[in-house]
Amino acid sequence: MVHLEIDEKIAGMQNNLKNIANAIFRPISRKYDEAEHDYPEELDMFRKVATLSQPKKKSGEKETRKELKQKSNHKGNNIGTNMRLIFSTEMMCWGDAALLLSLPNAGLGNAALLAIANDEQIARFGHKWIAMAITEPQSGSDSGSISTTAELDGNEWVLNGEKIFVTCADRCDAVVVWATIDKSAGKAGVKSFIVEKGTPGFKLEKLEHKLGIRASDTGTFLLKDCRIPKENILGDPRIAKNTEGFKGAMKTFDNTRPLVAAMANGIAAAALDFLKEQLNEKGVELNYKNNVHNVSSVEKEYYRMEAELEAMRMLTWRAAWMADTKRANNVEASMAKAKSGRMATLITQKCCDILGPLGFSRKYLAEKWMRDSKIMDIFEGTGQIQHLIVARNVLNLSSSELK
Amino acid sequence: MLDFSFSKEQKMIKTEFARLVKDLVADNAHEMDECGTINPEIVQTTWEMGASISGVPEKYGGYGAKSSPIENCIILEELAYGDMGYAIQASLPSLFIQPLLLFGTRRQQEKYLPIYCSERFTACSLAFNEPWFGFDANELRTSAVRKNGEYILNGKKCFVPLAEEASHFIIAANLDGINQLFILEKGNEGIEISAREKNLGLYGLATNEMQLADCRIPVVDRIGEDNGCDFARFLQGTRIGLCAMAVGICRATLDFVKRYAKERIQFGEPIAHRQSIAFMIAEMSYEVDAMRLLNWKAASLLEIGKDAARDSYLSKLFAGEKAMKICDFGVQILGGHGYIREYPVERYYRNSRGISILEGMATV
Repeated sequence: MVHLEIDEKIAGMQNNLKNIANAIFRPISRKYDEAEHDYPEELDMFRKVATLSQPKKKSGEKETRKELKQKSNHKGNNIGTNMRLIFSTEMMCWGDAALLLSLPNAGLGNAALLAIANDEQIARFGHKWIAMAITEPQSGSDSGSISTTAELDGNEWVLNGEKIFVTCADRCDAVVVWATIDKSAGKAGVKSFIVEKGTPGFKLEKLEHKLGIRASDTGTFLLKDCRIPKENILGDPRIAKNTEGFKGAMKTFDNTRPLVAAMANGIAAAALDFLKEQLNEKGVELNYKNNVHNVSSVEKEYYRMEAELEAMRMLTWRAAWMADTKRANNVEASMAKAKSGRMATLITQKCCDILGPLGFSRKYLAEKWMRDSKIMDIFEGTGQIQHLIVARNVLNLSSSELK
Repeated sequence: MLDFSFSKEQKMIKTEFARLVKDLVADNAHEMDECGTINPEIVQTTWEMGASISGVPEKYGGYGAKSSPIENCIILEELAYGDMGYAIQASLPSLFIQPLLLFGTRRQQEKYLPIYCSERFTACSLAFNEPWFGFDANELRTSAVRKNGEYILNGKKCFVPLAEEASHFIIAANLDGINQLFILEKGNEGIEISAREKNLGLYGLATNEMQLADCRIPVVDRIGEDNGCDFARFLQGTRIGLCAMAVGICRATLDFVKRYAKERIQFGEPIAHRQSIAFMIAEMSYEVDAMRLLNWKAASLLEIGKDAARDSYLSKLFAGEKAMKICDFGVQILGGHGYIREYPVERYYRNSRGISILEGMATV
């Protein structure tokens, strides 16, 4: 039965998380934005705890999966893993999105590992901090066209290529690298491999200087005759006749896109909360009562943005709820990210605009949120890619019909 | 706990009303809009589905079910998917019945509810909107003053649906600084109903201006009598109702445009194959979903008896703006064809303009 109001228990949980974000992230938010690439050592305390972004794994992997399934069978009676992550991610990003991305052992590679690794791989790498390397200089959204290669030589894979825009490049222990084992097989030939730091031929080439999320270290890796054990391939090493394998890998995005949307929502909420504080200080009371044409234009803008934020949350929650209840959420995940990525960008811009000098000064965080939010419409698939996915689905068109 | 899925019952309700609209309204909507009348037989058939009286206790002739704002949202969306004018007319008795159920005294319920639980659709109405610049639902200018065991009402109302047919009205008026609701019977000497209004949209729905000049109403006909009513709750319900209809119009636009864009061939291929068109449709589709979910969130609050002031306010603001945008996209994608009345997107576009402007046209 449709019910979209969170109960007091979750509201309490959100409040606790907000307090944590406020106490731990906010005080160092500016510091690591200015000190780009420095490791936020204050976050080391998270290394040992079951981190927010990493569902706790028990000794028997199968048991855990069973448990998850049992949980999801209580349709709507329980808060699922994805939903929990959505709530915590939004609140942590209300604190600072770049610092959330810097949480130890909570990289995208960790998510990929949990999604597709076998028991032995979980045992070997489960405790590590794992980054994800997909993008290449010539291959962005079209991740099926990657040219990094992996060749089997005896008991080892030999990797060659260049990977850019790898989050946590400096701080991670290992990287999930996407490479093709047969270029002629197209997408079907694309596989992912775990490459540990320190492996000969695996070199962190440089760290990028970015518009926002500066506390997060984004880097470039060079792979030159980099040899890794045969067992380090994730998923099925065979080349399928179809692209199901690739589609399977892309499925990770069904879980991560709502997370990016939640990040966007958190930043937008931070900007709106700050704006609201300023309005309150000025004596403007937001009472959700009068006709929007009878209030000041600033109040109207605020209401509009708050309505947008609530809408963003609804689309995000839905996508996560669908994942938790084992429903196919590919379109809904893209809808959430398309909406939240774009609107968070616009909301944070507008907040700076309304805040005037306070919105342009680095004395306040509003300008930082404007820079940070911009990435939400770019990584994990640009807004345009999300629109493409949504459009193909709602119009029932193939990728060759709607390019 | 959070749940985005329909219960069996909700699914059934949606299916039933969707079928009704498909069978009876879809092919007649254009005609009803053009000739300015909502077909009374279709309204009667809709009435017989019993949605308006499902929450009325059996002793008054209803079905005694628990009234559910979410279910009502589902129904209003389906009705408005066919036509908004029809949706308002067919659900109009709810606007009379619901305040009585929520706030009416026993005497009021006994007296009025059975009239509207008959087998025939009986017209009644709500006089809410007022014709002044900057009209604000929270600051009604129609006044009610208590004097000698009566309330004396003065003011002017507009967009009063079915004013000429209605046998009872609910009048929203300001009593000592707070908004309240009053029951008014047809034939009261203090009211004057002007000629039918000519509006931008909702051509099928007859609406009138109504003048209240020293209109006398017995004290027992103030809803809730001396305790009055929770006007804020009433307003929230009507806003959520209006937004549910907005979702219906927008979904109708989206569905039509999806079909059209795949059939319309230009430069040798369907226009849907162009990103410029396809991306508009993608945006329309997630904005429709966002409107619906935001509105359901507000309705969820009412469902458990919580205050939905903020959420219904934001939902109306959002639905009002997005409805215009989505319906505008609808006309734009059809181009010249979107501008002529032969295609329904023209009607959707006009009707959608009412979402942010109107108040009190439906309720959950």
